[in-house]
Amino acid sequence: MTQYSPLRIFLKTVVARAYPRVIAIWRQVAWLFFDMAFPIVGSLAMVLVYQGLHAPRQYLGFVVMGGAMLAFWQNVLWSMATQFSWDRGNGTLELYTIAPTTFEAVLLGMAVGSMITTTIRAGVILVAGSLLFGISYASGGALAAIGVFLLTLAALYCLGMLLASLFLFYSREAWHLASALQEPVNFISGLYFPVRALGAYVAGGASLVPMTLGLDAMRQLLLPGTPVFIPVGLETTIVAIQVPVYAILAGLALRFLETRARSEGKLVTRWD
Amino acid sequence: MAGTSPSSTSSRPAVETRQLGRVYKSRKDVVVALQGIDLSVKQGELFGVLGPNGAGKTTLIKILVTLLLPTSGQAWVDGLDVVKDYRALRHRISMVSGGENAGYGLLRVREQLWLFSQLYGMSSAAARRRIDELLERLGLAEVGNRTIAGLSSGMRQKMSLVRGLMTDPRVIFLDEPTVALDVGAARDVRNEVRRWMGEDPTRTVILTTHYMQEADELCDRVAIVNRGEVIAHGTPQALKQQVDEDVIVDLQLEPGRPLLDALRAIEGVGAASAREEDGIDRFSLLLADDAVLPRVLTTVEGSGRRVTGLVRRQPTLEDAFVKLVGRSLHEEDSSGDGA
Repeated sequence: MTQYSPLRIFLKTVVARAYPRVIAIWRQVAWLFFDMAFPIVGSLAMVLVYQGLHAPRQYLGFVVMGGAMLAFWQNVLWSMATQFSWDRGNGTLELYTIAPTTFEAVLLGMAVGSMITTTIRAGVILVAGSLLFGISYASGGALAAIGVFLLTLAALYCLGMLLASLFLFYSREAWHLASALQEPVNFISGLYFPVRALGAYVAGGASLVPMTLGLDAMRQLLLPGTPVFIPVGLETTIVAIQVPVYAILAGLALRFLETRARSEGKLVTRWD
Repeated sequence: MAGTSPSSTSSRPAVETRQLGRVYKSRKDVVVALQGIDLSVKQGELFGVLGPNGAGKTTLIKILVTLLLPTSGQAWVDGLDVVKDYRALRHRISMVSGGENAGYGLLRVREQLWLFSQLYGMSSAAARRRIDELLERLGLAEVGNRTIAGLSSGMRQKMSLVRGLMTDPRVIFLDEPTVALDVGAARDVRNEVRRWMGEDPTRTVILTTHYMQEADELCDRVAIVNRGEVIAHGTPQALKQQVDEDVIVDLQLEPGRPLLDALRAIEGVGAASAREEDGIDRFSLLLADDAVLPRVLTTVEGSGRRVTGLVRRQPTLEDAFVKLVGRSLHEEDSSGDGA
């Protein structure tokens, strides 16, 4: 038996846990289709509403960008936050727990794998939606928008790790929480319209979800004329702060809840 | 990156527990799953934990593998405290459960095993070599590139054993590893466990099983757990000696009225268990001496049931278990009279 360093185990766990997510791109082609098709159909409905209301053309851009970001939020909720619930049900969580690795490494691997696969899906949604609805973007803001996008992803998946830690302890209750978070967050984060329309208090509250400010900043950079909630620089700074805050909170929550889960028998699938 | 090997002291017990207990509390009730467990398992031993459903075997294993905290007492595995030193301990242990369904269905067998090897920091090359070697030994080499969703339960169980062994743990916990396996697959699992232990005399296995014959065949020592307590422990031979002076009789009857309680009530019947097989009720009776047998046959006759077979035989571990626990492993806790 050889005992390896924690850093080595951490890095290898990240790569290993990302692997099934990435390999799913080739092995679950049908899922890929549905994951792309449904957000596009959702966006199409909103586009038709806006066209019916004779909204300015830039609103179609809001919808397409929101549709692309929706893929990430759904992924964070249903493939990150709830994953430990699945893992507990089939006994995988027990094997993660008794291995010398950490939950942080497992979750980071999950996040990396999810980011890769979901970026492909979101990219297809963005390109297809833009071509379909004839949307043009300001090329001058592209590089900055990519930077904001990457920062938003980091913050969003750190939030996903925090939510996943809740699932380590709670099961069905946390499932309801994820369901409850989905539609309201879709609405208040301004997926289909500029978040400024919700007013300072609601939009400020919605800013706890990194997607809200990240998406708004990307829209300001790529779709000139977007109503400004707060300036891009401030939005980016807040999202940048959310990355370590959510990461640290996730780490603390994981440690606390692992101890409680061991104490209350929440990690085991049977206990006769 | 160089790894560090922990020092091994052959005199140190592989597993030790002192007054170990676990209570589950919920809003509605309190369940005492384990109480006052004192065990000491030597390095290199294959130690069996036997008990009926709900006896506390799995709770004991889950505490020892750091999945569950005890509510009283202490436990050490390979010299490390399961509560205080759990992070260090996790480098040295592994667990395989019967009917295990862990992992990701879209992965192939080799990929799945590689994934779990990485949680221990193994190099990919070393992991692949070890995986191939173990798959070959367990007759799974040909399905190594099949997705795990397409494996039979026997193959899946063998794959779980490969997962448990590939990281070369100091102590491996096998929780009913042959449950629901066919005879051939169960034999392969047992053979591999023996071979793995034979490679290093300090390797230790803690095994829970429902199969007495398996425990008798494999284990150096066993502990019998009932209602959360260890009621006996020793070598299978020593436990069997507890029923050495009894007369053991197997009785086969055609189906009919329930009889088990009536047989147990006969003076001189030390213990009785029953199971139904192929439409025939089979009773095992521990009698104080030969003189009890006529009373047994009179009771059977009085019940209107017909005897189709009667055999006197040597004691087994199962007989010792029935005598100690009062029922066989196959009987549910509440069933007083299955046959």
